[in-house]
Amino acid sequence: MDFSKITPLTDPGTSFIEYLRVSQPDLLPNASKYEFANSFDTASLPHATTVVALTFKDGVIMAGDRRATAGLSIAHRKMDKVLPADSHSGIAIAGTAGIAMDLVRLFQVQLEHYEKMAGEELSFEGKANQLSFMIRGNLPMAMQGLLVVPLFAGFDLARKIGRVFSYDATGGRYEELDYTATGSGSVHAKNWIKASYDKDLEVDVAIDIAIRSLFAAADEDAGTGGPDLVRKIFPSVATITQDGFEYLSDEEIEQRANSLLAGPEQGGDQ
Amino acid sequence: MTTPFYVSPEQVMKDRADYARKGIARGRSLVAIECADGIVMVAENPSKTLNKVSEIYDRIAFAGVGKYNEFQMLRNAGVRLADQKGYAYSREDVVANELANTYAQSLGQVFTNEMKPFEVEILVAQVGTTAAEDEIFHILYDGTVMDEDDYCILGGNKEEIEEKLKNGFEKDMTLAQAITLGANSLRTDSETPIDTAQLEVGYLDRSATRRCFKRMKKDELEEIF
Repeated sequence: MDFSKITPLTDPGTSFIEYLRVSQPDLLPNASKYEFANSFDTASLPHATTVVALTFKDGVIMAGDRRATAGLSIAHRKMDKVLPADSHSGIAIAGTAGIAMDLVRLFQVQLEHYEKMAGEELSFEGKANQLSFMIRGNLPMAMQGLLVVPLFAGFDLARKIGRVFSYDATGGRYEELDYTATGSGSVHAKNWIKASYDKDLEVDVAIDIAIRSLFAAADEDAGTGGPDLVRKIFPSVATITQDGFEYLSDEEIEQRANSLLAGPEQGGDQ
Repeated sequence: MTTPFYVSPEQVMKDRADYARKGIARGRSLVAIECADGIVMVAENPSKTLNKVSEIYDRIAFAGVGKYNEFQMLRNAGVRLADQKGYAYSREDVVANELANTYAQSLGQVFTNEMKPFEVEILVAQVGTTAAEDEIFHILYDGTVMDEDDYCILGGNKEEIEEKLKNGFEKDMTLAQAITLGANSLRTDSETPIDTAQLEVGYLDRSATRRCFKRMKKDELEEIF
């Protein structure tokens, strides 16, 4: 506990990232210190693919497939891309997996740190902006191919509604009215949701739409993992409502996925 | 060149200790009690926003008495340290023992090297899965650390409070019992009923899975008393 490093001029206040800059900058994902040779093939690194978020009557649903790909290889079959940011919000990641996971971890600590230091939570808007700065900080790496584009969604306790934000590589932050998707299969997932979406969906319907949109993405996009019936790997799904962030249990997702599979998923061959 | 007056180290230390103790005794006291549901911290505090009891990490809480800005600075430093360690390693690597030792080092340094010692007494509590695994570290203005069992008293008027705590303490009390005991032992005048607006109560919930620290709201306290 070295107080001497923190003077009123350098006091990082409520920001954990600012504190790391003073105390242990090595821990920060600092873009400028990496310089890749042009031959470095960033596609050879694991990438996370399709994630979706949609609002429903009581909040938002976030869901993601489980596949990470490195070029044409499958890097990982059971990755979790939907993660809690804090008690009432979640972050879903697409892009270079290693960088994205680091970003999520730092974002989680940043939100909790703020809450402990300031004595109250950041506003929902504040959290979304914070993530924006962090993504912009990654811009030099994004230019070299290490792109991270997350979704941020949750239940706004002040406004009592579910809110969904999407981002671009420069930290651009866009609030979506109802649903969005990001990652390689996002076009297909988004179209699926668009075709079945309605305002004020019931939770069961919204979960099924989310799962099916990922199936649709997996059907068309090689980077997105479909339901793996042999290994029993299904998309991960979380609901965020007034009661907080909650994952659906593996059993429930498996059951829902299985019962959905008899539908349009059989389409192509018939 | 003038020669400074000689003052013996004993005298310097004694003066500083007296100064710190006086400052601490001016404020109101605080107690921490282990119970079946976790570790309860009860403080006399008329302010609703300036807290004496607060969260540091998942299973660790902080409490301080004395000069507000000083223990608040220590608390902030503790949160920073804990968050940094949890981020660099893993959440389970953040433990009260290490934090208490760091506090002791810093307070000891300030006590011997600075003009003015910190006028604070702090505690670092860590809740375990059973009461036997609970840890309460009590740290004084000069860096002395004590590892306390069952309960712990911070601030002036210790003997009187200890008497009441010792008589009322039982192992495996409920949360409500522990809060009542804490509030009663802090009370100097046993005639008037307990005023919940004057109390600040926080506890580490043993059964919680991640962040265990909770603050008792006014209506929850009123229900108990």
